[in-house]
Amino acid sequence: MTQDLTRLSASDLASALRNKDVTSVEATQAHLDRISAVDGDLHAFLHVSSEEALATAAEVDAQRAAGEELHPLAGVPIAVKDVVVTKGLPTTAGSKILEGWIPPYDATLVERIKAAGLPILGKTNMDEFAMGSSTEHSAYGNTKNPWDLDRIPGGSGGGSAAAVAGFEAPLAIGTDTGGSIRQPGAVTGTVGVKPTYGGVSRYGLIAMASSLDQAGPVTRSVLDAALLHELIGGHDPHDSTSINEPVPGVVAAAQQGAQGDLKGLRVGVVKELSGEGYQAGVSARFDESLDQLRALGAEIVEVSCPSFGYALDAYYLIMPAEASSNLAKFDGMRFGLRVEPAEGPVTAERVMGATRGAGFGDEVKRRVILGTYALSAGYYDAYYGSAQKVRTLIQRDFAAAFEQADVLVSPTAPTTAFKFGEKLDDPLAMYLNDIATIPANLAGVPGMSLPNGLSDDGLPVGFQILAPAKADDRLYRVGAALEAALESRWGGPLLNQAPELKTTELAR
Amino acid sequence: MSTISRDEVARVAALARIDLRPDEVARLAGELDVIVESVARVSEVATADVPATSHPLPLTNVFRDDVPEPALPIQDVLAGAPQQENGRFAVPQILGEE
Amino acid sequence: MTAATTTGLVAYEDAVRRYDPVLGIEVHVELGTLTKMFCAAEVAYGGEPNTQVTPVSLGLPGALPVVNGKAVEYAIRIGLALNCTIAENCRFARKNYFYPDVPKNFQTSQYDEPIAFDGWIDIELDDGEVFRVEIERAHMEEDAGKNTHVGGATGRIQGAEYSLVDYNRAGIPLVEIVTRPIEGAGERAPEVARAYVQTLRDIFRTLDVSEARMERGNVRADVNLSLRPTPESPLGTRTETKNVNSFRSIERAVRYEVSRQAGVLDAGLPVVQETRHFHEEDGTTSSGRVKSDAEDYRYFPEPDLVPVAPSREWVEEIRATLPEMPVARRRRLQTEWGYADAEMRDVVNAGAMDLIEATVAAGTSAAGARKWWMGELARRANQDEVALEALSVTPAQIAQLQGLVDSGRLNDKLARQVLDGVLAGEGDPEAVVVARGLEIVSDDGPLLAAIDEALAAQPDIVEKVRGGNQGPIGAIIGAVMKATKGQADAKRVRELVLDRIGS
Repeated sequence: MTQDLTRLSASDLASALRNKDVTSVEATQAHLDRISAVDGDLHAFLHVSSEEALATAAEVDAQRAAGEELHPLAGVPIAVKDVVVTKGLPTTAGSKILEGWIPPYDATLVERIKAAGLPILGKTNMDEFAMGSSTEHSAYGNTKNPWDLDRIPGGSGGGSAAAVAGFEAPLAIGTDTGGSIRQPGAVTGTVGVKPTYGGVSRYGLIAMASSLDQAGPVTRSVLDAALLHELIGGHDPHDSTSINEPVPGVVAAAQQGAQGDLKGLRVGVVKELSGEGYQAGVSARFDESLDQLRALGAEIVEVSCPSFGYALDAYYLIMPAEASSNLAKFDGMRFGLRVEPAEGPVTAERVMGATRGAGFGDEVKRRVILGTYALSAGYYDAYYGSAQKVRTLIQRDFAAAFEQADVLVSPTAPTTAFKFGEKLDDPLAMYLNDIATIPANLAGVPGMSLPNGLSDDGLPVGFQILAPAKADDRLYRVGAALEAALESRWGGPLLNQAPELKTTELAR
Repeated sequence: MSTISRDEVARVAALARIDLRPDEVARLAGELDVIVESVARVSEVATADVPATSHPLPLTNVFRDDVPEPALPIQDVLAGAPQQENGRFAVPQILGEE
Repeated sequence: MTAATTTGLVAYEDAVRRYDPVLGIEVHVELGTLTKMFCAAEVAYGGEPNTQVTPVSLGLPGALPVVNGKAVEYAIRIGLALNCTIAENCRFARKNYFYPDVPKNFQTSQYDEPIAFDGWIDIELDDGEVFRVEIERAHMEEDAGKNTHVGGATGRIQGAEYSLVDYNRAGIPLVEIVTRPIEGAGERAPEVARAYVQTLRDIFRTLDVSEARMERGNVRADVNLSLRPTPESPLGTRTETKNVNSFRSIERAVRYEVSRQAGVLDAGLPVVQETRHFHEEDGTTSSGRVKSDAEDYRYFPEPDLVPVAPSREWVEEIRATLPEMPVARRRRLQTEWGYADAEMRDVVNAGAMDLIEATVAAGTSAAGARKWWMGELARRANQDEVALEALSVTPAQIAQLQGLVDSGRLNDKLARQVLDGVLAGEGDPEAVVVARGLEIVSDDGPLLAAIDEALAAQPDIVEKVRGGNQGPIGAIIGAVMKATKGQADAKRVRELVLDRIGS
């Protein structure tokens, strides 16, 4: 019974809860048991909040028993990426500099999750301060890909993706600045969505790059993602950059899309995001997905976005620059780690330097210094200033492309999950993982990755769908249609083909 | 040809208040050099006629009413403080004028 | 080691004869909004430390700023009062620097897009000369927290063992106003600097955007000064003096810097561009630590905030609500009252303008009001060492008092006695008159009696007057005044005496 509960999609579990086939306490316990059984290997979680989760579950059960009206997802457990502040629960952003920090407030999206009655299972592992594409830069150790424990689960949100792919949680929250939801989704065979910039509140997200960050759903199905997207999305007066409009009809779009009719839909293949540099199996699955979309009635057109060739460069100027400023607050004065210099006078300046030297990992130091450099006197125009102009060009290219197509598609990532250590020595090689996902963050448009098959190496491949800003519903329509067709071919979700994880005997 | 020298890395690290060991300075100089040479390409297309975009969405005039909300309780404010005294954050001596 | 220790000071008068001073003044004003600039923490003075912070003003990870619309309105009001152009579209920017009282280690401010720019303000110097100061810009930003230094001999930073930080002040809205180089002040530079800041202070109060009390830190001034051989020479190197906490200090700081820089230049040395600290105790300035990286603030547009684009309609709405500015008001009142320039200046300097205005509104003539407030009342205020407005008498009461004189019920001497009573808290002038019986005797009867008595006592005067010499009547009048304790109308007494003698 325990095993079955963790295999349910969030929407199926929600139905079971509504029908009172199962209680939230049972469902939550089942997932906590699963975490105990497999997380020793997976290491998706940095903190498991069993007590709080079970307390929430019990409360929801009581409300349901009393006949109260509950949110559709009430009682369905969820994991939260450790970059999101949770009151009373440790929040580290994957960094030593925040070891032991307990936030005194909740992120807005956490408030919404709590108000809807979803038990929070715990906080998931990530690249430190969301800087990375493999979760290898976490200060707390690697998270493993459930498909192959020698391989990365993607990053920066590898923990959330692994937790969902490993059936430790039916839902998780991720954040995406350059692909950190979508790329882990691709390499773990899960669904990940980056909403339109401003679609989900950033209040309470430990900021990396303010003009690029977005929180979004990490799930095993397109419908689950839609349900979670609708819950966490919407205007927040605490976030000046949040969109003051209702969330687009993503659930309805997912349900409609699952009908499988894409007649009249124009699908644009971005020339610059497919072809060269992509693993053969990834390109093959991509082409097959295009065929599948055609079969569902869509028209495939080729579009060109020439400025996308500069997207990676622009990103690696804008993101480090904003991050260097956002990370300045970690200085040992008010919270978090404080380290005194080994010798010499103990001044505020020197304590800041020692704290940040000891508390930040290599990748963070790399980006903070790069960003500081890009902003410093004499370099602004050439670097940060120029990058912001490239951003304009990218937006224009997207606008032009969306004249010709309703959605744009590409493989989500150029390769399947690589082995640990393979790209650690070459930062640029690591950065290339995000080449297809970055343009969407620069332009602020929404993007989804969903699994579209296994590559020749037996590892999952992701299909990326992009839509115009505020048209997130299009992602769900097309994603649901493709998912339904593929799962029909596979006889079930792709994750059914993942190897069973070795479970640790529960302590008696 | 090196764009970012070790001295430059050291200068920027000081500006960013990050203590680096000498081996870190050396490694970073090499890595950043490669990255900077690559990203410098952006200035090729970033011509004068292209405006910069600092916000992905064209919002303006987002204001809040001048109405107070409850403050953080003092124990929450100081909870994470590495050091505190009489309700204030205790920080090491600060050099330089106010 | 400062230049002053090796080069000495040049006497001020000598320095300004041989060098032309150029000023630049930066004023920060704390806005009197209810909440902070970017979060809804309450702005209240004197609270327990760290009890007025939210995650935003504490700079906690994940927190985001939201602009206080009232602060924007106040900033526009200030810009309009300073005759500035209000930006059609402006952004906030991050000014990045590490300092424990800056919780995010960056200040959210405005850099190359201030909300107001290209303005001017006319200031009036003590002798009435008008001087125009050009305003380069006024922009919005947030205040920092407060460090208290613990340990060390003087409690100042150098030599302190550690610091205690209170973030209650962090995030309070500020507007920073920057002048263009102020040229042509010559030897009046110290006065111009002071008058400029005073004028701004008056404007802030008139606009009701700030309590604007320098001693409370609501208004802070940094004074920049450079010297050049002649007004035609290029600008010299300037120093910036901070910690100038009163109007008088502004004047003193300018004077000192002129003297000091002249000494440096006379010795053939260059003036060091630096930030200096003003010392209240002796009026000197000393070198602050030169911060080499402090200038690299790595400004970039604040990504967590969207641009502020005040519509022209909104700006005009605000303009329509602006009250009359102090200088314009002074000029209007002076014209209405018919005062000479010197008279008006004295009134303003004595702080009597509002009082006179209220007294005139209560029915007194402008001349009459001035006579009281600048005469008897000023004398008493000086005597008691209080400000005019602190005296225990209201403009309405003065109007009533003057009314009693105008109607003949009191003469000046009696009026002063009535004033004593009012100041002593005995009530309105009418009440004091009745209670103390101070009215001029209007009934001739008692007067005639007193006259007869006086004439009887000095019979030879009757003969003299009848003989054509009216001079000695004064003695009779004097005697009558004394007999009636001054409560007689001298003119009436004279009439009656002549009448009496005549018959």
